Amino acid sequence: MTTGCTDICEKIHASALRLARDMGGVQIMEVCGTHTMAIARGGLRTILQPADIRLVSGPGCPVCVTDQSYIDRAVGLARNRPDIIVATYGDMVRVPGRQGSLSEARAVGARVEVVYSIQQALDLARQHADHEVVFLGVGFETTAPGTALAVRDARQEGLRNFSVLTAHKWVLPAMNALLAGGDVKIDAFLCPGHVSVILGYGAYDQIVRDYGRPCVVAGFDPQQVLLGVLEILDELSAGEPRAMTVYPSVSREGNARAREVLDEVFEIVDAPWRALGVIPASGMALRDEWAEFDAERRFDLPAEESYEMPGCRCGDVICGRLHPSECPLFARRCTVRDPVGPCMVSSEGACAAAFKYEMPARKR
Amino acid sequence: MDTSRIQLAHGGGGQLTAELIRDVILPALGGGQDPHALADAAVLETGGGRLAFTTDMYVVQPLEFPGGDIGKLAVCGTINDLAVCGAKPLALSMGLVLQEGLEIDLLQRVLDSAGRQARQAGIRVVTGDTKVVERSALDGIIVNTSGVGLIGADVRLGFDRIQSGDRVVLSGPLGEHGLAVMSQRKGLSFTADLVSDCAPLHELVSDLLDELGENLRFMRDPTRSGLAAVLADIAESRGVDIEIEESAIPAHRTARSAAEMLGLDLLQVANEGKLVAVVAEGAARRAVDVMRRHAIGSRAAVIGTIGPAGESPIVELATAAGGRRIVQMPYGEELPRIC
Repeated sequence: MTTGCTDICEKIHASALRLARDMGGVQIMEVCGTHTMAIARGGLRTILQPADIRLVSGPGCPVCVTDQSYIDRAVGLARNRPDIIVATYGDMVRVPGRQGSLSEARAVGARVEVVYSIQQALDLARQHADHEVVFLGVGFETTAPGTALAVRDARQEGLRNFSVLTAHKWVLPAMNALLAGGDVKIDAFLCPGHVSVILGYGAYDQIVRDYGRPCVVAGFDPQQVLLGVLEILDELSAGEPRAMTVYPSVSREGNARAREVLDEVFEIVDAPWRALGVIPASGMALRDEWAEFDAERRFDLPAEESYEMPGCRCGDVICGRLHPSECPLFARRCTVRDPVGPCMVSSEGACAAAFKYEMPARKR
Repeated sequence: MDTSRIQLAHGGGGQLTAELIRDVILPALGGGQDPHALADAAVLETGGGRLAFTTDMYVVQPLEFPGGDIGKLAVCGTINDLAVCGAKPLALSMGLVLQEGLEIDLLQRVLDSAGRQARQAGIRVVTGDTKVVERSALDGIIVNTSGVGLIGADVRLGFDRIQSGDRVVLSGPLGEHGLAVMSQRKGLSFTADLVSDCAPLHELVSDLLDELGENLRFMRDPTRSGLAAVLADIAESRGVDIEIEESAIPAHRTARSAAEMLGLDLLQVANEGKLVAVVAEGAARRAVDVMRRHAIGSRAAVIGTIGPAGESPIVELATAAGGRRIVQMPYGEELPRIC
C-alpha cells in the first residue's frame, strides 16, 4: 500500500465511524466514467464499504447515458446509406439497438470507422471526398469542445462532406434531476476532473446552495478519489457542504475560452437521457448557423422513440438505484463478451467495471 | 522499372526471386552469398532428447517502432516461446509475405535487424520462404517464424508442478512493448522515453534452469494480453487462487501514465522480453538474484503467491491503494496489432 493512501484511509475510517453513527452510512455518487474505473481498479469499495461508505456510479459514462433512440439513428445511417462513413469512438460500436449494433452493421458491409479523436474523422472526410463522413458526437463538456473546434475547422477548410450527429450533454442538469427526483440517496457528489476543468468547480455552487450536498472535484488515480472522499466526509462532519476541488488542475472559474467555443457552435436544448427522460436544457445542438454540419438536418433523420432493451437495468444503474451485481442479467446473460446494455459495453461503464474487477461475493 | 520496391514478380519463383534472396535476404539472415545457405529444408543434428517446436505469425503495425521492428520481434518472440518451455533454441525458420510496392530498403532494414538479433543470440535462421501479394491484400509485411529447441533430460516444467505456497516472479517492468507501439500509433508525445522491451530470454532462462533445478516449476512470457492472461491461465489450469501485490510489480512511470491515458490495465498490456516464473517458496530470492544478473532482468521482483486449490479459482490483486480486486483474462477488446 502506498504511504499516501494508508494515511488517507486511516483518516477516512476515523471520520466515517463518527458519521455512521449520525447518518447511518454515507452514499457518495461519482459522475465520471474515469472515476468508475479508478474505483474498480483500485479496489476502493473494499476499503470503504467496511466503513459504511458506499460509492455509487451516476450518469457519468457518455455511452451509458445516451438514449437508445440515438443508437438506432446511428445504426440506421450506417446500414441504409452506402455513401456514409460513420466515424465513432470505439465504445459506441458494440452498443446494441433494435437493428443491432454498429459493429453488426459493419459486419454486413456498412462503413463504420473507430477513431481516437475527431481530428481523425476530419481526416477521413478529407481522404474520402466521394463519401459523407458522419461523426458521432457523444460525451460531456470534455469532448464537446473538440467537436465544436472540428466543425469550425471543417467550415474554414471548406469540407463539404463532414457532419456531426450530436448527443453532447451537460452533466449538471442530470445531477440536479437526480436530486430533484429524490428517490436515490445521494449524500455528496464526487465531481469529474475533466468536465470540471472546463466548467470550474464554482459551477457546483448551485447544487450546494439548493440541495446542501458537498460537491468535491477529484482527479483520476485512486489516491485522488480517496482524497475527495476524505474531503466529503470532513464537510459532512462539519455540516458545511462546499463546492471545491482536491485536484489542482481545476480552478473555480474553469476554462472560459472552451465554454466560448461551445457557445459559438452549440445552443442549449432539452435532451433525452437514458432512464432520466428528457431533461430541460441538458443537451447541445448545433446552432442554425452551423446547420450544414448537423447530420440530423443534413440527412433529414426521422425522430426515433426512446426505449430500454428488454430486461436491461442500465437505467437504474446510472441513476445509482442499483449496483451492477444486483441486476438479474449481470454476469449471466450480460457479460463483457456478450453485453446486453451500454453499461457493460462501455470501457467506462459501471457494469463493465464491476464485471472485470470486483471481487466475487464469496470472497468479499 | 522501379527497382526500389517489391513487385509481384519478386514472389514468382523466377529470376527476380533469386535476386531478392541473393541480394537482400541471404546477406541479412544466411551465411554470405551461398544460395544453398537457406535451403527449402534444413537438416539439424540433435543428438537425441526431447524437441520443442513452435511457430508464430507477426503482423505488427508500424513495422518499425521505438526499440525494435517486426524482424527483431519475430526472432525474439520465437526464441522466447522455446525458452519458456525449458528448451535451448537450436534454429529458426523465417517465412515472409510481402506487399507489392514495399520499399526494399525497409525490407532490408527489418531483415538486417532480424539477422543481427539471431546472431547475437547465437541461433541460426536455417530455412525460409518468400511470397508477394497484391497491394490490396496486405499493408507491409507478415513474418512467420518457426523454431526448434532441445529440452534437457532433467527439465520438468508445467502447470502440474505448481504448488500452493510457490512464489510468482516477474523479470522486469510491465507493458513497455505494447505501449511503445500503441502510443506511437496514436501519436502520444509524452511517451518518447518508452521503448519496446523486445529481447531474447533464453540466456536468462538457461541460468534459471541451471541454478534452480527442480525449484523452477513453470515459465511463460507475458505477451498478448499481458501478465493478466498468464496468471488467469495458471489459476484456471491448475485450479488454484493466486494473490498478487500491485506495489511489488515493477513498471516504468511513463508506462503507468500511458496505460492510464489509453484506458488500459497495465496488467493486460503486451510485453516481448519479460518472463513470469513460478518457483518454490524457498527459491524465490535466488530466482530474483539470477534474473538480476542479466540486464533485461535488472528489475526482477517477487510479485505474488500461489494460493490454495479451489473450485472456481481467482487471481486477486492487492492494490497499491490498499484495496482488493480480481484480475481476469481480457475479453479481446479491439486492440491494435502489436505483435
